[in-house]
Amino acid sequence: MEKYWGFIIPVVSVLVALIIAAFVILSVGKSPVEAYIIMVKGAFGSAGAIVNTIVKTAPLVLTGLAVGFGFRAGVFNIGAEGQMIMGALTATAVGINLGWAPPYFALSLTIISGMLAGAGWAAIAGYLKAKTGAHEVVTTIMLNWIATYLSAYMVQVPLAVGSGTPKSPEIAPSAKLPVLMKVGPLEMSAGIIISVIAAIVMYVVLEKTTMGYEVKAAGFNPYAAEYGGISISKNITMSMAISGALAGLAGVVELMGVHHRFLGTLSGGKGFDGISIALIGQNHPIGIIFAALLMGALRTGSNEMQFAGISKHIVMIIQGIVIFLVAADRIVRTMILWRKRRKVKA
Amino acid sequence: MYEEYAVVMKGIVKRFPGVLANDHVDLFVRKGEIHAVVGENGAGKTTLMNQLYGLLHPDEGDIYIFGNKVIIRGPKDAIKNGIGMVHQHFMLVGNLTVAENVVLGSETTRGGVIFDLREARRKVKELSERYGLHVDVDAKIEDIPVGMQQRVEIIKTLYRGAEILVFDEPTAVLTPQETEELFEVMRRLKAAGKTMIFISHKLNEVMEISDNITVMRLGKVTANLVTRETNPREIARAMVGRDVVLRVEKPPHEPKEVVFEVEDLWVKDNRGLDAVRGVSLKVRAGEIVGIAGVAGNGQSEFVEAITGLRKIERGKVTLLGRDITGLDPRSLRNMRMTHIPEDRHKYGMVLQYPAYYNMILGKHWWEPYSVRGFLNHPAIFEGSKELFEEFDVRPRNVNMLGGNFSGGNQQKIVVAREVSGNPKFTAIAQPTRGLDVGAIEFIHRTILKLRENDVAILLVSMELEEIFSLSDRILVMYEGRIMGEVMPEKTTVEEVGLMMAGKRLEEVRT
Repeated sequence: MEKYWGFIIPVVSVLVALIIAAFVILSVGKSPVEAYIIMVKGAFGSAGAIVNTIVKTAPLVLTGLAVGFGFRAGVFNIGAEGQMIMGALTATAVGINLGWAPPYFALSLTIISGMLAGAGWAAIAGYLKAKTGAHEVVTTIMLNWIATYLSAYMVQVPLAVGSGTPKSPEIAPSAKLPVLMKVGPLEMSAGIIISVIAAIVMYVVLEKTTMGYEVKAAGFNPYAAEYGGISISKNITMSMAISGALAGLAGVVELMGVHHRFLGTLSGGKGFDGISIALIGQNHPIGIIFAALLMGALRTGSNEMQFAGISKHIVMIIQGIVIFLVAADRIVRTMILWRKRRKVKA
Repeated sequence: MYEEYAVVMKGIVKRFPGVLANDHVDLFVRKGEIHAVVGENGAGKTTLMNQLYGLLHPDEGDIYIFGNKVIIRGPKDAIKNGIGMVHQHFMLVGNLTVAENVVLGSETTRGGVIFDLREARRKVKELSERYGLHVDVDAKIEDIPVGMQQRVEIIKTLYRGAEILVFDEPTAVLTPQETEELFEVMRRLKAAGKTMIFISHKLNEVMEISDNITVMRLGKVTANLVTRETNPREIARAMVGRDVVLRVEKPPHEPKEVVFEVEDLWVKDNRGLDAVRGVSLKVRAGEIVGIAGVAGNGQSEFVEAITGLRKIERGKVTLLGRDITGLDPRSLRNMRMTHIPEDRHKYGMVLQYPAYYNMILGKHWWEPYSVRGFLNHPAIFEGSKELFEEFDVRPRNVNMLGGNFSGGNQQKIVVAREVSGNPKFTAIAQPTRGLDVGAIEFIHRTILKLRENDVAILLVSMELEEIFSLSDRILVMYEGRIMGEVMPEKTTVEEVGLMMAGKRLEEVRT
């Protein structure tokens, strides 16, 4: 039974959240059944809807992996947002200058530069924690603000182009991610493939490699890890860097696959969503893919609900309840145990 | 019925999935006595006590308190019936004062809302004085020593009106001095008419403090003994089910070349004070050097420093002729140094990891466990299974999480890991703390086998008995200094005891 908790808890949490939200919808005088049907249709009802959902899911998988990897290593990377911005910003600076390069070169260089920027940004917090004990929650939040304002400056002064919303020029065509599918104006880039590959790589690293063994040991019990010949300071810095590289990749995917230029709204809180997604996905790479898909679908579906006259903020309620229940997983455990006990008595 | 008894548990049966934890257990505790319940880890002592305290509910059987049949639904019921529990792991809030901790959960109030600290302080002080518990009511829990924290736990139960006090392995966390103080308190409580149940597997303590003994083994009561009329050997036999060697035979063994050497080592403790002040020693291959001393005299810091876990301020450490001062644990392990740590939960294991992962901690980067950066799971499984077999770890399930094994079996996992793989030097700290006699015998035999294989062994222990029966040479540590070196067969417990109290060997012998 214990083995399946990681799966049962999030699923039950989502179901409970949908039920509670149904009462909320009912209380504003709408039909929950209808609302949910619209929502599901909005997320998966047509080719366009599916493309839209997947496009929204791709970066969420990556920020979820970023935070999830940190949790497994015992660090709370709350700075995925800033790392995502730095990743996208650096990739922009590289990508706009690669008009001369062939695609395979432009693509890999842009991706790698973005990942390195995210890794470096996060490694600052990791290094500070390892050397001085500065808590990563504090330092990453501060780094988030630095990243936000630095990017605002960059798109208003050195990288600025055009008028209106501050934005950078478009990256070179050879640095844009290939489009897998096109439905009307909607393009689905290879970003989702990058995300899924990243999840698989993370799974293999955590479960099959010696490095994963060390990362998890340090996350569970740093004292025992150090005793067992695992350098904690090295591990903290490295884990933060890996986490940051994943967040940076999320920025890269948004840039190269969706917007093709740096905009102030590019990250849009996706780094913070990564925390919820890691939580719902129980820090498991595969769980994180599904958690990100859930979030992506809720976001897309909610737009459709809005057109049908039901506030899209309902999904925020659903999201909130899911996170609450997953975080307080004892509640769900107890609910399941109650049912079992009742069954035993009957 | 049962008027002369404070506690009667009759025909208690408690089943867990796949285990019969208590099999028709009878426990009779007279009013005003100290009653010991002894047994190996997993014999069902704690399960039995948890039923008395209402944390578990018996599947069969009855409980009588002062002659009245009761049903104890939870700790609140237990407290109402006058039963108090002094837990092994203290349930105290570190940043609250002693008085605040005692009243926590049953605060006295003025007008029903305002917390009346003055009244709480007065009551706690009165209890402390009446039973000679010597606690400072205004001290914060985190600032007071473990022994005093335990006395706070005792006051907590008394404050709630306990007549029957259950002590769950109370001495496991105490130094010999603190143990003596605890026994003093228990005698005073007894004189005041309280009834006490003392759970333990330390036979000398049971002999010292109890009036009657109930011995458990594999969920059953195997003997009811009167302390005055029995001896440790008889208790041990009832506990283990066979004759136990309380002191293992140490065959003569000629030590070889010097493997490990420390010169003028200085180490600081967590507060930045000198904990080790100029220790020098040598350990030869096939030799056990024992370090005796009262807990907190720098032994822990010393072991942590030589194993790479703590910074060395000054001095030199040599292993196999190579200067290893300040090397990290990984390099030391690569040089075949191993370490059985004193705190197996903090250092020895990753409790959330399955046993097969715990079996490779500290050598997980070696072949065959790791091949080109990837874990070799089949080899890890095979290796763990073999060690489980060899060291008789129970249950024989390498997939079980480290934290789900009993204390004795966790220690066996740590010992198995650290003695296997041909170590050259092993630092062993408190190898049998909290273990039962059967497991102690096993671990002592393992250490001696290591000696026969010409491993250099440094043994740190607070148990003089252990130091005497295993060591070839004994060094006594006091306030970070070595007070003297003696041979176990040419010294006495008194002589070592004096050195532990801070006298140099020269002073003792003149």
